[in-house]
Amino acid sequence: MRTTYREAVREAIREAMRADSRVFLMGEDVGRYGGAFGVSLGLLEEFGPDRIRDTPLSESAFTGAGIGAAIGGMRPIVEIMTVNFSLLALDQIMNNAATLRHMSNGQIGVPLVIRMTTGAGRQLAAQHSHSLEGWYSHIPGLRILAPATVADARGMLAPALADPDPVLIFEHGSLYNTEGELPESIPTCDISSAAIGRTGTDVTVITYGGTMPAVISAADELATLGISAEVVDLRVLRPLNDATIMQSVRKTHRAVVVDEGWRSGSLSAEVSARITEQAFFDLDAPVMRVCTEEVPIPYAKHLEEAALPRPERIVRTARELVGR
Amino acid sequence: MNESFELLRRMLLIRRFEERCAELYSSQEIRGFLHLYVGEEAVAVGVMAEFGPEDAIVSTYREHGHALARGVSPDAIMAEMFGKATGCSGGRGGSMHLFDASTRFYGGNAIVAGGLPLAVGLALADRMQGRPVVTACFFGDGAVAEGEFHESMNLAALWRLPVLFCCENNLYAMGTRIERTHAVTELAVRAAGYGMPAEVVDGMDVLAVREVTRKALKRIRSEAGPQFLELQTYRFRAHSMYDPDRYRDKAEIAEWKRRDPIDKLAATLRLPTEDISKLDTEITEVIDAAVAFARTASPENVDSLTRHVYSEVRR
Repeated sequence: MRTTYREAVREAIREAMRADSRVFLMGEDVGRYGGAFGVSLGLLEEFGPDRIRDTPLSESAFTGAGIGAAIGGMRPIVEIMTVNFSLLALDQIMNNAATLRHMSNGQIGVPLVIRMTTGAGRQLAAQHSHSLEGWYSHIPGLRILAPATVADARGMLAPALADPDPVLIFEHGSLYNTEGELPESIPTCDISSAAIGRTGTDVTVITYGGTMPAVISAADELATLGISAEVVDLRVLRPLNDATIMQSVRKTHRAVVVDEGWRSGSLSAEVSARITEQAFFDLDAPVMRVCTEEVPIPYAKHLEEAALPRPERIVRTARELVGR
Repeated sequence: MNESFELLRRMLLIRRFEERCAELYSSQEIRGFLHLYVGEEAVAVGVMAEFGPEDAIVSTYREHGHALARGVSPDAIMAEMFGKATGCSGGRGGSMHLFDASTRFYGGNAIVAGGLPLAVGLALADRMQGRPVVTACFFGDGAVAEGEFHESMNLAALWRLPVLFCCENNLYAMGTRIERTHAVTELAVRAAGYGMPAEVVDGMDVLAVREVTRKALKRIRSEAGPQFLELQTYRFRAHSMYDPDRYRDKAEIAEWKRRDPIDKLAATLRLPTEDISKLDTEITEVIDAAVAFARTASPENVDSLTRHVYSEVRR
C-alpha cells in the first residue's frame, strides 16, 4: 500500500486510539484545524473532542498535563508544533518527565509520548527550523526516536505508547510528504535498534530522520563513482544502538556522520566519540562529520540550502575519506 | 473536640519534626537544601484534613508539612533526609523531593510552579477515567509570577478540572517581598481572572482553613471546576538553612509569631497545659523513633546508582 509519512503517522495514532481507550492526543490545533501539519486531520470526527483535545498556546502546561495524565493512568500523546516551541516546555520535559522516576525511587513513572516536528528546509527561518533532538538525547530518562521512513512513522508509535517511560518522537517537517510502501498487515516495530538503510562496503554513512533522503541521494551518487556506501539509520537517538554502528564501521573502516544539528556539542559528536572509543583500531581514516553550518537557520532559500547537509557535501566528504 | 485535637496533634508533629530537622542540619546529619514549614502548619493540616485517600496531592520543595499531614510515615521522611535506602524516595530525592505513591503524594517539586501543570494532568486523568476525586496543588506566592501558574490556571478552568489550587502566601519569594515582585499583590484577584472562585483565608487559623477547604471540595466534587485559595501565612524561620534572613524586619516576624497557629488552636480548645505537655511528649517519642530509624537504616547501595532512570519492567 502506497502511503505518505503524514498518513502513516495519522494511521498509527488512529490505530492506537482504537486499541486503547487510555490513549488521547492533545496539542495546539490538533482538533478542528487537523494539526499544523495536517497529521490529525479527520481524527476529531472519529474520536471526539475529549480524546482529540485542542489546547491553548501553553506548551508548558499541556506538556506538564500530559505528564500528570500519564502518571494518573492515561496514555497521552502530546503534540508540540515544532521543536523550537518545545523549549517553552523544557522545564516539564527535563525536570519532570525525565526525572520523576528516579527522584521518586521508581514509585512514579511517566508513560508519555511527545511528538514534535523538527528540522529545516521549508524557509521558515530561525524560530521554526532547528534540529534540537540532539539536546534531548543528552537527557537520561528519555527515549528519543527519529523515524526517517514511512515504515517507522507508522510503526514506532505503538511501542512508544507501550513504553513505561517518556518517549519523544521527532518528525522531520520535510518528510511528511514523502511516500513509501506499507504492507497491509503492519509488522511489529522495535524502538531500540538502528537499521541498515542500505548495505555497502567502502564507507559507512550514519544519519537519522530528515537527512536520510540527502544521504540516500549521496549514496546513489557515490555508487556511480564506484564507491559503495553503507547507510546506517540510527532510528533511536537515545539510547544509541552502538552495536549496529560498530558492526558497520568494522566492515567499511570509514565513517561519516551526517546530522542536521550543529556540529559543536552535537549528537554527531557523540556518535563520533563512540566510534573512536569502540572501533578506533578498525578505522582507516578519521571519522568525519557533515552538519548544519553554525548559524541560526536563515530564511532565504539559497542561504538555507547552503546551511544544511546537502548531498554534494556528503559525497565530497565520503570521497575524501575513501581517497577516490 | 476530638477532631480539633487531632488537628492540633498534626500541627505539633510538623512543628517538632521541623525543629528536629534544623538540629540535625546543624549536626550535619541532614544536608543539601532544607526548607522548613514552621509557622505554616495550619495550611497543610487544615487543607489535608478534608482530603480523602483517593485524592491526589502535588507539593513544593517546602513539603515536609504536607507529607506529614498527608500521612506519609515520619520514619520514611526522616530516612529520606538522611539519604537512606528506606527513605520515601530511596535517598534519591532528599528534603525537596518526598514521594509516596501509596498516599498519592506526587512530590516535592523544586521548580517554582513546576507542579501546577502536573496537578492539572492528574486531574485530567481522574476526570477522563471517571474517578470522582480532587487534586490538591500547593505552591507559594512566588509561583504566581511564573508563566506555568497562568498557563495551568487557564487550562484547569477551561477544562473545568477538579483541582484545588492552594497558594501559601507567606509574603516572600525567597527573600523578596511580594510588593517588589507583583504588580497586583491581591493574589486571589489574579486567580479570579481565570474565571474560578478565589478566596482569601487566614492561613494561621486551622479551623478556618479546614472549613473553607470543605466548602471548596464540595463545590469541586460537583464538577463545577477548579478553585483557588490564597492562604495567608508566614514562615517563622528563614527561607532555607542557608538563608541569613537579612531582608525581614524582626518586628514583623515577632508580630506573626503572636499569631502562631498552634497557640491559636490550643487557646480555642482551652486545653489544660498538662494535656499539651502530654501530647508534646508523645510527639517527641514519634520523632525520636523516626531519627533512630533514619540513623540505623542502611544507605542505598552504590551499585544501584543508575536504577530507576528507566523502568525495570519493559512491556
